[in-house]
Amino acid sequence: MQTLQQQWFGNVRADILAGIVVGLALIPEALAFAFIVGVDPRVALYASFTIAVITAFVGGRPGLISAATGAMALVLVSLMADHGLEYVLAATILTGIIQLILGSLGVANLMRFIPNSVMLGFVNALGIMIFITQLPYLVGSGTMTYVFAIATLILVYAVPRFFTAIPAPLVAIVVMTAIALFSGVKLQSIGDLGTMPSSLPTFFFPDIPLNFETLKIILPYSLALSIVGLLESLLTSQVLDDMTDTPSNKNREARGQGIANFITGFFGGMAGCALIGQSVINVKSGGRGRLSTLTAGAFLMFLIIVLGDLVVKIPMPVLAGVMVMVAATTFNWGSFKFLRSAPRSESIVMLITVVIILYTHNLAIGVVIGVILSALFFVAKISRVSVTNEEGIYKIQGPLFFASTTKFIQAFDDINDKQIIIDFENSQLWDESAVGAILKVITKLESKGIAVTIRGLNSSSEQLYEKLL
Amino acid sequence: MKIAVAIDGSENAMRAAKHAIMLAEYLPKVTLEIIYVQDLSKAKDERLLSQSPESLALKREQKMHPILAMAKESAVDAKVIILKGNPSQEIINYVNEKKIDKLVIGSRGLNSFQEMVLGSVSHKVMKHVDCPVTVVK
Repeated sequence: MQTLQQQWFGNVRADILAGIVVGLALIPEALAFAFIVGVDPRVALYASFTIAVITAFVGGRPGLISAATGAMALVLVSLMADHGLEYVLAATILTGIIQLILGSLGVANLMRFIPNSVMLGFVNALGIMIFITQLPYLVGSGTMTYVFAIATLILVYAVPRFFTAIPAPLVAIVVMTAIALFSGVKLQSIGDLGTMPSSLPTFFFPDIPLNFETLKIILPYSLALSIVGLLESLLTSQVLDDMTDTPSNKNREARGQGIANFITGFFGGMAGCALIGQSVINVKSGGRGRLSTLTAGAFLMFLIIVLGDLVVKIPMPVLAGVMVMVAATTFNWGSFKFLRSAPRSESIVMLITVVIILYTHNLAIGVVIGVILSALFFVAKISRVSVTNEEGIYKIQGPLFFASTTKFIQAFDDINDKQIIIDFENSQLWDESAVGAILKVITKLESKGIAVTIRGLNSSSEQLYEKLL
Repeated sequence: MKIAVAIDGSENAMRAAKHAIMLAEYLPKVTLEIIYVQDLSKAKDERLLSQSPESLALKREQKMHPILAMAKESAVDAKVIILKGNPSQEIINYVNEKKIDKLVIGSRGLNSFQEMVLGSVSHKVMKHVDCPVTVVK
């Protein structure tokens, strides 16, 4: 692992340049995520600023970009609708506490248990949901809305072919906003829906009653936010590890996410996590160290305070056009090939994760059920045990444990030999169910007058057998 | 003399590699460099489509392994060069910087519309490298 000094100042010039690019790239999405939740743009912009700046110091993966995100925004929608902003902030603070505790307990080690089929389901459902949230700004608002949205989309995809120094969404937004202003076309703009911040965020306590009732309201949301935020942050950390060939401290990252959310709630920001898209932009632009994340957050805030009056003029169809691109990039288009080529159980887990998320509008529930389902499929797959009879020698193939003992016992239902040998050379006893099952088979066969010999137990199976018997 | 072949694990890249090895067999004192570029913009999708970081590493290894084996069989002195970034840009930089004498590259076989949208790596590389290029269909 690099020293702290390297993590901060090992790559100063490239980190600052990449941070500026990322700061620019963060703005459109932060605005759009605020509208998804139904809060003022300030709430998302403050969150992006504080989360980026704090994770730069306390995160475990240098170069990771964390801010307000679509995944967290989608979890917060119904809390905002039912209870309002103060509860969103309180849930953010509680999320921070939960993530900090989970990080201290080593939650990152559990990442192993989340199969990629569940993660695919997660990102695909996320992409679909982000797309759906943009439809109200696109459909039924007149021809010009479509024209501007489609022109934006074309620009977003065409610009990178010629020019990559400034993020394409920003180029598209500047060009299309200029066209809208000079042509005098009437379109809904950001200013029609909210106000921009003109100062740095300040510290305050959310105005909520501190009682059990409040906890009952925010706890389910905070748990969901914790799961979603950690999943996306740890996934993004892995992607950056791979891109940069450097390791990272995932549990420290989990704690860092917690600290950032905890503090952000007190500064009027909504919960956030790592952003895959922006983190990838950061590394591609040369960002490697902590300085890039700090620069991104600081530059974002600087721009908003300086250019806030211009930002409110951005037409909503243009922002929605950019978000359609974000949705398309979030969605994993390789999933269709995955569905055809992956084992059927993995395809099912992926599809069910997507369906549950779209049905419940809750990313966390989909992930949890997906993980449980894939665990069950795994047990089913591993619990295949076969018994073959070769002239009185019964050979056991496959591990013997609680899930495979029934089949094992059934195999000895109809035995006609006078004496048999059960050969465990290609098996392994895992638990007391295994030993119990063997005992049951022996007792049953001996009661029928059949002599049973056990052989071929490997040393750990032998030990277990001796210990329990 | 230095011959390089750019590969990406596709059928066409495999054919390009075979062609490069054939060239290397006929030329005296030649080294073959097998260039593989890890496309950073695909890092997220690659991770999502593989079971674990280890299985991802295996998938990448599988792209180079058969070519190295082929080179060894033909007694061609070959080494693998792994680069990261934008494929066409990285190939161009490497080939020009290391003064490669000849580059062999597979064409992806896109139709003209796909080429317009996605951009053709072989086309772009061909335009910007200093050495002779063979594009293998």
